[in-house]
Amino acid sequence: MTKEELLSKLKTIIEPYVQNQEEFQHLSEDTNFIDDLEINSANLVDVILDVEDEFGIEIDNDGMDKMLTVKASIQVIQDKLVAK
Amino acid sequence: MTKEQIIEKLPYQAPFLFVDEILEIDNDGVKGYYTLKPDEYFYEGHFKDQPITPGVILTEIMAQIGLVCLGMFIRKDQLNEEEIQVAMSSTAIDFYKSVLPGEKVLVKSEKQYFRFNKLKCKVEMYNEEQKLIAKGEIAGMIV
Repeated sequence: MTKEELLSKLKTIIEPYVQNQEEFQHLSEDTNFIDDLEINSANLVDVILDVEDEFGIEIDNDGMDKMLTVKASIQVIQDKLVAK
Repeated sequence: MTKEQIIEKLPYQAPFLFVDEILEIDNDGVKGYYTLKPDEYFYEGHFKDQPITPGVILTEIMAQIGLVCLGMFIRKDQLNEEEIQVAMSSTAIDFYKSVLPGEKVLVKSEKQYFRFNKLKCKVEMYNEEQKLIAKGEIAGMIV
């Protein structure tokens, strides 16, 4: 899976939980889910669970703690996909 | 941890404690009762001269029994050492019957998942005739 495909899937997953649509329109690798997109902590869990389903991977607590930005999330997902 | 100890450890008190008794509890679900007192404070205003239990209060009863009691049980090892913080994060409840002052309601909750501190449950409420009062999903953070 290319990084672009991965990013596109990630965007689809996070969209329903985004509160700040303007930031979402200008999504970059540095976009922070909580500070920029204003996703609440409970919905951040939903993002992680949806990521697990979409990519067929399991995210542990360490992975969850890291997945606060687009860049970090892509990294965690890629690492898990390689390890699969 | 006994069922009584869980109720003691709940972070609520009158007039906003809505758990009388836990019937059954394990890591996957909980059943518990609450009896609406005829003089609950909200009956003065809901409604004028016609007391009916507000839907938000029914939701709160479902959340206190179905989500918070269950969350405290799941987290019982931590509970002995420190305070547990709870915050409701979402509810989607449908209501089918009204509840009048003095009625006893049974709440049944089934865990959907508990991951990364988020507990999500399917919760149902029944009256003493075993008729469905309300059902839906409630989620919250148990930290």
